[in-house]
Amino acid sequence: MIDRLVDAVDERTGRSRLVRKALRYVFPDHWSFLLGEIALYSFVVLVATGIYLALFFEPSLTRHAYQGSYTPLQGREVSEAYRSTLDLSFHVKAGLLMRQTHHWAALVFIAAILCHLLRILLTGAFRRPREPNHLIGGAMLSLAILEGFAGYSLPDDLLSGMGLAIAYSVALSVPVVGERLGPLLWSGEYPGSGVIESRLYLLHVLIIPLILAGLIAIHLMMIALLKHTQFAGPGRTERNVVGTRLWPGYALRSLGLMAVVAGVLLLLGGLVQINPVWQYGPYDVAAASNGVQPDWYMGWLIGALRLMPAVEPTVLGVTVPNPFFGGVLFPAVAFGVLFAWPFLDRMVSRDRSPHHLLERPRDAPVRTAAVLGFATWVIVPFLAGASDRIFVSFDVGYELQVTVMRVAWVVAPAVVFLIALRVCRRLRSSGERPLRGWDGTVLERSESGGFRPRAGRE
Amino acid sequence: MLRRSLAALVSVALLAAASAATVHAAGQADIDRGRTLFAERCSSCHGADAMGVQHQGPSLIGVGALAADFELSTGRMPLAAPNLQPIRSDPSFSGADIRRLVAYIASLGGPAIPSVDPSRGSMLEGRDLFALQCAGCHQISGAGGVVTGATVPALDQATPTQIAEAVRLGPYLMPRFGPEQLDQHQLDSIALYVTQTTRHPDDAGGLPLGHLGPIPEGMVAWLVAMGALLVVARMTGERAS
Amino acid sequence: MTRPRAPLEPEDPRQEVTGDPARELVSAVLLVAAAVAAAGFVAAYLLSGDTQLMGLAIGAGFVLLGLALIVFAAGLAGEGRAVEERPLPEPVQPSAGEIVTAPASAITRRRLLAGAAGLAGASLGATAIVPLASLGPAPALGRSAWREGRRLVDDAGRPVKAEIMETGSFLTAFPEGASKEALGSPLIVVRIAPSMLNPPPGREDWAVDGILAFSKICTHAGCAVAMLRYPLFPDREPGPALVCPCHYSTFDVTRAGEVLFGPAGRQLPQLPLRLRADGTLEAAGPMSGPVGPAAGGVDW
Repeated sequence: MIDRLVDAVDERTGRSRLVRKALRYVFPDHWSFLLGEIALYSFVVLVATGIYLALFFEPSLTRHAYQGSYTPLQGREVSEAYRSTLDLSFHVKAGLLMRQTHHWAALVFIAAILCHLLRILLTGAFRRPREPNHLIGGAMLSLAILEGFAGYSLPDDLLSGMGLAIAYSVALSVPVVGERLGPLLWSGEYPGSGVIESRLYLLHVLIIPLILAGLIAIHLMMIALLKHTQFAGPGRTERNVVGTRLWPGYALRSLGLMAVVAGVLLLLGGLVQINPVWQYGPYDVAAASNGVQPDWYMGWLIGALRLMPAVEPTVLGVTVPNPFFGGVLFPAVAFGVLFAWPFLDRMVSRDRSPHHLLERPRDAPVRTAAVLGFATWVIVPFLAGASDRIFVSFDVGYELQVTVMRVAWVVAPAVVFLIALRVCRRLRSSGERPLRGWDGTVLERSESGGFRPRAGRE
Repeated sequence: MLRRSLAALVSVALLAAASAATVHAAGQADIDRGRTLFAERCSSCHGADAMGVQHQGPSLIGVGALAADFELSTGRMPLAAPNLQPIRSDPSFSGADIRRLVAYIASLGGPAIPSVDPSRGSMLEGRDLFALQCAGCHQISGAGGVVTGATVPALDQATPTQIAEAVRLGPYLMPRFGPEQLDQHQLDSIALYVTQTTRHPDDAGGLPLGHLGPIPEGMVAWLVAMGALLVVARMTGERAS
Repeated sequence: MTRPRAPLEPEDPRQEVTGDPARELVSAVLLVAAAVAAAGFVAAYLLSGDTQLMGLAIGAGFVLLGLALIVFAAGLAGEGRAVEERPLPEPVQPSAGEIVTAPASAITRRRLLAGAAGLAGASLGATAIVPLASLGPAPALGRSAWREGRRLVDDAGRPVKAEIMETGSFLTAFPEGASKEALGSPLIVVRIAPSMLNPPPGREDWAVDGILAFSKICTHAGCAVAMLRYPLFPDREPGPALVCPCHYSTFDVTRAGEVLFGPAGRQLPQLPLRLRADGTLEAAGPMSGPVGPAAGGVDW
C-alpha cells in the first residue's frame, strides 16, 4: 500500500528518491529520544483543542450580567471573556473536556520539553554541529512558557487576573524603559483600556503558535539534515546511525506514542479538574484570594519574587523596582546560561570537534555536575513559590522557609555540583556496565603485568 | 366547651411556667456546673475568677457566650500552651459540658451566640462579600491558607453558627465584623456561600485536587501524566535484549 | 567472552512488513477495544454529556489505539538493526566567507557599500520597531482620584459611616464618583485601637478614632492587599498588619504602613481621613505617595 502511495506521489512530483530516502531514515532506538516527541504531540493536542476553544471564546472585557447556570454568579456583571469561558464549560457538550484537555496539554508540553532538554544537556547532544538547534530549542521553551501564561490569563478570572497585575509590575520594573513598557502593553496605566485582552488573544492564538510551528519545522529539519545523535554501542560509530527505519517501525511507534499522549491528556481532561474558573470568580482589581499561584512552569518566578529581599534602590536618580530582580533579572540569567551552554561547554572542555555519539552522563562528570547544579539553582525558587502550602501541610513557618531558601539558593547548587561530580567519577571508575548492550569482559592488569578478567563483570 | 378550653389554656400556661422554671433552674445548674468545670480545666490560664493570668490567658469577663461557644465547640480551647496558635480540633468537652461552660462565661456578661440561617441568605451576595472581605485569608474556595505569622484555617468543617461566631468575634488574628458593618442578611449569605462552597462545590471538571489550584495540578502533570508517558516511552524505545 | 551477534542489516531499498503473530493478535484486540471506547464516547456525548464519562471513553480509546500501534511495531522484523551512514564532511574548499572578502584595490568602494548597507539595515529595522510606540500612551503613573474632600464609598456606592466599623475591622472603599477599576482607587480602611497607633511625625491626625486608610494596591507587584492581621487581645504577637497574599509583603498599620516583612520596597501609601458632619468619612488630602508598583526609569 505504501508502495502505491509512493508511486502516486512520484508520478505527480518526480520526487520518489526523496520520499524513499525519507522512509529509510534511521532513528536511534533509545527511549530518551522520544521525549521531544512527547512535547511535539502535546503541541498537536494543544493546536487541535485550541482551535475548538477559539470557536467559542470571546476575547473581550465588555461587561454584562451573567445569565448562565452557575448560581453563585447569577446576575453579577462579568466580562465576555469570563462569561464565554463559563458557558463553554457548562453549556457546550464536551466544552469542559476540551478546555481541560487543552490546559493539561500545556502543562505536559512544557514538562516534556524540560525532560527532553535535560537529556540534551546531560548527554552533550548540543555539541557541534548542533548548537543552532539547541538555540532554537531554548527559544521554543521560552515561547512555550509565554504562550501558556497568555493562554490561562485569557478567561479574566481572579487567579489569572492577579497574575496579570504582577506581570504588569514586572514589565514596569525593567530599568530605563519600564515606565513606558507597562503602559505600552496595557495601553495606559493598569488596568488600561481593556485592549490587553485582545492583545493576549492574538499572541496566544496566532502569533506564538505560528512562530512555534515554524521553529518546530526548522528544529526537525535540522535533525534530519544532520541525522540523530546516538549513544555508543556495538556497531555504532561517529559515522553512522543504528536503529529503526522510519517506515514501518518508527512511524508506527511514533503514531502510537502520539495516540497515547492524546489519550493520556484526554483522560486527565475528563477525569481531573483543572483551572475551575467558576470557583475563582471574575477578576476584580480590589480583590485577592489566598494561595493564588501561576501554572507550574511559572512557579520559579513567583518563588524568586518571594525570596528577593526588600531592596528597591534608586540608582543615578531612577528607581529599580523590586520585581525586576526576581521577575526579569533571574529568568534572564537562567535563559542566558541556557542559550550560552554549548559555548560554555566548549570553553571548559576545549573540545571543538563535531560529535554524533552521545556521552553517558557519568562520562562527562563536570558537565553533568554543572547541569544538575544549574537545575538546582532553578528548582529552589519552585519550592519557595509553594512555601505557603508547605507551611500549611508540614507546619514549617513561612518566614523560616524564606530565610532557609535564600541560603539554599546559593548553597544547594554548589552542594549538588560537588556530590554529582563525585558520583559520576565513582560510577565511571567502578567500570559498571562500560558500554550500552556490551557484553564483553573487563580485563584488569595484575601486578605481574599479565591480564586477567576482572571478577564480577560480565 | 368553655370549661374545656379554659382547662387547656390553664394547662398550657402551667406547662409554660414549668418549663420556664425548668430552664431557669437548669440555667442556674448549668452555670454552677460550668463554674466548677472552669475551675478544674480553665483557671490555670484564665484565672480562678476568669479575670486572666498575666502571660498566660486573657480575662474572659465580657467575652460572652459567643466567644466561649466558638472556642470550645471548635476545639480551639483548651490550648496546650499560651503562645500557640489555636487550631480547630476535636472538642475536649462533651456537648453538655460545653453548654455548661458557655452558660458560666455568659453569666459574666458579653454577646450571646448569634443566630444565623443560611437558607435566608443570597448566594450571589455571599460570594461577593466573601471574595472582597474573606478570600484574601481563607482562599476563594474556603480552603484556608497563610498570613505572615500564622496559618488560616479551612472552612469545610465550620458550622453556620461557628461561621457567624468567628465573623463577629475575630478570633486569634482574624478581623471582626459587627452587625453595623455586616447585617443579618449579609451574615446569612456568607454562611450560605461558605457552607455550599466547602460542602457542595461545583466540581464539574472531575477530581478537585483539594481545590488548591495550580500546585497539585502541576504535581499531577508531572507525576501522573509525565510518569505514565515516560513508562510508555521506555516501553516503546530500546528493548532490553 | 563475546557472543556471536547477528550481522547488522545492510541498506535495503524495500522493507518487508512482517510481524510477530502473537503481537499482531494483541494489537487486534487492543484496536477492537479502542473502537468500543470510541463508540462509548459517542454514546456518552449523545446521551449524557457528562465530562468524566466522555473523557474516560475517548481518552481510553486513544490510549488503546496507541498501545496497539506500539505493540505491533515492536514485533516487526529487522527492528533496531538498520544502519545508515552519515554524509561525509565536505573536503575543505575556499570558505564561503572568503568570497565576500574584497580585493585590496576596491576597499574604499566596498567599505562605502558596506556602510550604506548597514545604515539601511538599521534604519529599516527601526521602522519595524518604532510603530510599536503607537500601542499605548505614556501616562502619569501612581496617581489616584483621592483628593481632599473626596468621600469614601463602599463597593455598592454607599458612603461609609465611621461608626459601623468595630475595632479590628476592615472594609474596602472607593472614591465617590471615580472609577473603581483604576489602580489608585481601591482603599482598605482599618479600625485599630487608638492606643496602638504610633504614627510618624506629621500623621498624628490622619486617623479618625483609630480608623486608618491605605491604598489597597500592594507597592510590590500590584496585588490587592486583602489580609488584615489583628490580634484579638492587645499586646499580642504578631501585631496588627496588612498582608498581601501574593508574596506576603507585610505592612504595619500602626505606623504609616511601613514594611515589616516581604519583598515590598516601599510603605503602603496612606490616605488622611476626616469625619464629615453626617458621620461619613472623607479624604483629608491626597495619598501620601504614588500608588501601586514602582516604575523603572523614573524616580518613584
